[in-house]
Amino acid sequence: MSQPPPDENNFIHSEEFLRGLMKRQLRLSVSCASAFLLLLFGLPLLNYFAPELMARRIGGFTLSWLVLGVLFFPYVWIIARLFITRSMALEAAEVRLAAEGNKKLS
Amino acid sequence: MDFSQINPWILALSGFTVVVTIWMGFRSAKTSKSASDFFVAGRSVSVGWNASAISGEYLSAASFMGIAGMVMSMGYDALWYPVCYACGYLFLLLFIAGPLRRFGAYTIPDFAEGRFDSPLFRRIAVCFVLFIGFFYTMPQMKGAGTTLSYILPGLPYWVGVVVVGAVITLNVAMGGMKGITLVQAVQYWIKMFAISVPIFVLLAVYGGYGKNLSLNQASGEPAPAAQVMVMESIDHARRALPEKAPKDEAWIAPFGPLTSKAAKAAGLSPQESRPLSLLYTYSLIIALVCGTAGLPHILVRFYTNPDGAAAKKTTMWVMILIGVFYVFPPVFGLLGRNFMPELYNATGSKGPDKVVLELPTLLGKNSVLGSVLSGITCAGAFAAFMSTFSGLLVSMTGAVAHDIYGRMLKPGATPKERMRMFKIAAVVVGGLATLLGTQVELLEINFMVGQAFAIAAASYFPLLFMSAWWRGMTMAGAATGMLGGGILALACVTLTSVGDVIAKTGQAAALKAGTVWAPDTITLFWKGHPLLRILSEQPAIWTVPTAILLMIIISKATREKIPTDARMKMLVLHAPESLGLKQEYIQEQQGAGH
Repeated sequence: MSQPPPDENNFIHSEEFLRGLMKRQLRLSVSCASAFLLLLFGLPLLNYFAPELMARRIGGFTLSWLVLGVLFFPYVWIIARLFITRSMALEAAEVRLAAEGNKKLS
Repeated sequence: MDFSQINPWILALSGFTVVVTIWMGFRSAKTSKSASDFFVAGRSVSVGWNASAISGEYLSAASFMGIAGMVMSMGYDALWYPVCYACGYLFLLLFIAGPLRRFGAYTIPDFAEGRFDSPLFRRIAVCFVLFIGFFYTMPQMKGAGTTLSYILPGLPYWVGVVVVGAVITLNVAMGGMKGITLVQAVQYWIKMFAISVPIFVLLAVYGGYGKNLSLNQASGEPAPAAQVMVMESIDHARRALPEKAPKDEAWIAPFGPLTSKAAKAAGLSPQESRPLSLLYTYSLIIALVCGTAGLPHILVRFYTNPDGAAAKKTTMWVMILIGVFYVFPPVFGLLGRNFMPELYNATGSKGPDKVVLELPTLLGKNSVLGSVLSGITCAGAFAAFMSTFSGLLVSMTGAVAHDIYGRMLKPGATPKERMRMFKIAAVVVGGLATLLGTQVELLEINFMVGQAFAIAAASYFPLLFMSAWWRGMTMAGAATGMLGGGILALACVTLTSVGDVIAKTGQAAALKAGTVWAPDTITLFWKGHPLLRILSEQPAIWTVPTAILLMIIISKATREKIPTDARMKMLVLHAPESLGLKQEYIQEQQGAGH
């Protein structure tokens, strides 16, 4: 095994830091994924259980076609944008957390 | 071949695209000296160029020609393809891109070895690069054959495949077309231009997107008032559908011909076949979304950004660029159904798969505008299948030459020997891909790509997802899961594809001879077991969970084999890059003599 890591880095290498890190990241990813999966898996169910509703015409399109052929894309873009802004903020917070944690230990 | 039938505009525009692409590839190849330049080259490139390049590489013949063809022949259900192709990217962004980029693995075999400290696992992972790769090259070849026999009427399908296959294989073997950022970026804009401009012109003449859809009558609706006339002139009326074409109600509604094929073949009533269609739909969605995240050649693109933040912004732009693109192909399918329904009567390379190429000729078979627009779509098609085929060929050849030869067979090989091996491998892989391509004329482009995704979804996706987020994975668990899910998926899709080729060849022959087609044993089996057919044709819904379950069970059973520095590895995967853990990790590895 190599040299033990210097004291300042002990917090970063702690179990506490890693667990917190992964929990926060997973939570953000899962919540964004859920918003997306809700529509992705929900649409076939809507088609299955509410066919008349999904066949309603809007500007010539059926509602189902409008959602799947056009509206799905902006929906995904919005989720992506939210995820990117939040994950970049999360990373900045994690860097701050690491610095504070090191200060406390040294 | 009838030379008088060749349209000069179409030939000229297509030829121009081909020549420019090859020329650009060679010029860039001169400046990139070794394989590592491929990865380093884009590091200083801006988000805009990178996003265009990734999008360009992503949009293959399936996106360009296949979706339109499938929407025309199958209707609403086919819309899941473009949506899931785009959404898979979101999944990649949310769960896989960040960790893998932090880890520093350029390719999936790299990641497999690094995460589990196992060169053996690397070799296993490499095999799937080839399996998935071949399933992905076959639809590109179909695109090539279809396009060439459209431009040069009378040219047999297989000749087109062989010509394109040979040109690209030689190009890759001689060092050109390495997926250079500039070339791929330009390809995106060619494709975007080619898919959108003809649509805007055609919609102006034939009525808007919504208007055309309203001509297709859903079940329970009165016949559309404007059934016969879109505009004043009779020329712009919707044409009558041939017998073979799916009826309006089935076409425009969910659970139509695509998802209910097996059930219909088994003679089930509409009520009984709906649940099976729902099952098919979900399995298809899982395959396409998880498969995108597992495609071997996409990941490397995340490294052509200077830092993690730029990589994320690039991904955002990629999703916008490809999303905007994907709105257009279904419109081609729709207009093809309304105004060029004779395509339903033909099969293979003369059927709906060529609607994107031929539709602009509605504006007048020999008019300049129609020919130019058709030439533009042909140029786009060339850009699509040439760039994807060469990209795949480069990764597959690299896997063979670098991983199999360079590390396994002859680790002490000199650079010159490696180069020679690369060239030989390129010819062998390219030749094999071309040969396979000649056999798939009767299969749909989009469908074949979906099969490739299904294999990736059951092998690479579980590997990446579980390895990035679960500390308790062992090499044995990862390998068993990947092999288990992947081989099951591979077996299923091969079985269905081979069976389909046999069946369709038989049908075509019977049609030609005027006899009645006698179904073969495989077809009869599927007829009696529609559920099995669905699970075999779209295996994702059961192979993906199987792979994940195997990973969990075997990892727990071999938990003593968890990598000793697992915590450090997870830290590298998840901690912000600025904390420098990757550098620390590399130092530790070198210190311990890895």
